[in-house]
Amino acid sequence: MNDADRELSRQITPESAFWNRRQFLRAGILAASVTATGVTYRQLNRAGTGSAEPAGLANLVPAPGMANGFRVDAPLTSFEDISGYNNFYEFSLDKGEVARVSQNFVARPWTVVVDGLVHKPKTFDLDELLKLQPPEERVYRMRCVEAWSMVIPWAGFSLSTLLNAVEPTGDAKFVAFQTLNDPTRFPNQVPGVLDWPYVEGLRMDEAMHPLTLLASGVYGRELPAANGAPLRLVVPWKYGFKGIKSVVRITLTAEQPPTTWNIQGPREYGFYANVNPQVDHPRWSQATEQRIGPGDRVPTLMFNGYGEQVASLYTGMDLRANF
Amino acid sequence: MKPPRFATFAVWVNGAVPGLLLLWDAWHGRLGANPVQFAIRTTGLLALIFLGLSLLITPLRQLTGVNALFPHRRTLGLYAAIYAFAHLTIFFWFDRQRSVAGTWHEIVTRTYLWFGAIALLALVPLTITSTQRMVHRLGAKRWKALHRLAYVAAVAAVVHYCLAGKILTVQAVAFTGVIGLLLLYRLAAPWFKPKPRARVGKQRPPTVPA
Repeated sequence: MNDADRELSRQITPESAFWNRRQFLRAGILAASVTATGVTYRQLNRAGTGSAEPAGLANLVPAPGMANGFRVDAPLTSFEDISGYNNFYEFSLDKGEVARVSQNFVARPWTVVVDGLVHKPKTFDLDELLKLQPPEERVYRMRCVEAWSMVIPWAGFSLSTLLNAVEPTGDAKFVAFQTLNDPTRFPNQVPGVLDWPYVEGLRMDEAMHPLTLLASGVYGRELPAANGAPLRLVVPWKYGFKGIKSVVRITLTAEQPPTTWNIQGPREYGFYANVNPQVDHPRWSQATEQRIGPGDRVPTLMFNGYGEQVASLYTGMDLRANF
Repeated sequence: MKPPRFATFAVWVNGAVPGLLLLWDAWHGRLGANPVQFAIRTTGLLALIFLGLSLLITPLRQLTGVNALFPHRRTLGLYAAIYAFAHLTIFFWFDRQRSVAGTWHEIVTRTYLWFGAIALLALVPLTITSTQRMVHRLGAKRWKALHRLAYVAAVAAVVHYCLAGKILTVQAVAFTGVIGLLLLYRLAAPWFKPKPRARVGKQRPPTVPA
């Protein structure tokens, strides 16, 4: 072997180095593909949490008491979960995404039209409406028709305060509610999701019940956009979808008004939608619910535990037929 | 054909990534407000995605001629089964709180769960007979016939998904469309596949049929 040959053979990659390079390449491919899979998973499957920090409410007063159903003796659901897990299809169909999508929603200026069968129809500026009465803190159970629930410290006053201010006529038998109809502010308010705008309704006696709350805050703060800023309905003995969000119009009527989920699925969502563990949703059981936060499922209560206060509204009614 | 061992290993590792991330997030309490629901939905979607990917292998192989794709069909199919069983297990353990009677009652009374159960049951024999040894024991013809159950599982799985939500979401429709296309390919393939000439036919891998 001459010097040139030796030089050439030195240039041949030693076998160990060759295998190292191959292994290095493979490790690289593996690392890159695992990273890509992981990042894709993370991007497509976010759990989401609330991160809103609305302004505090100045003149909040505690609600009168437990016996009226104004307070529940149960641990509160965290503000993070209340503001981070929402059904608000105008923003997103993904409950964990609503908080993120809605973070830049501007809820002012805001007006609420109250009209229909009333003696004094009026278009309220939001701040004017909120001055009707100082907000009370009321701790209600919230039971979603999807079989999960929360315990929420709302702030607001009874809807009856507003209705009394406009003086309903004797012909008023129902109250119709409407959410803001503005796709420039609601990115998912597009055709083919629900029949927009979202509408809801109550019977007059339900609307006048002291438990029926016009909420403008939660946890002592203004409502986060995800929870229906700046003003929403809360009817604690009914499934959550009755609690229409971001309300712009309240109309008193003689006839039962159409309601969004009833239009969407008449066999699955009734006008009344009272929480009832004995009447299952056609596609799933309503007997138990997943309480949001740590812990197992809990039994669902008739009228969501507000039977003492509201059962008399439905005396003689077949609650299976009027679900 | 010798299976490309590194590629198979890489597919195995990648298939585990979403499941491991889900476990990691669960351990750190990062599954959002409703962790049980999140884990059920995630494992269900993963099962459907891997079922779709396994059904994609045959068309991809036939259209591109890249036979090296072939062994991944089994890996992807097994991941569909793994995530589907995880899906049921989480439902049983956390949602129905380890009540066999409660789980059974819920499954038999809910239409959408019938379809979920059909999909899952269809995947059981496919999982058991997924090894090369079982292909030989059953014979390629019978094995192939049995594994048409994958189509049953796919149809049942998308129906289950479409019925599970409050409304029919764009996502559910998209999954249905993709699975539908993959199954349509099976129906349409005999019409546009070139007739195999004897020469070409001999080169086809004889082991496991598509």
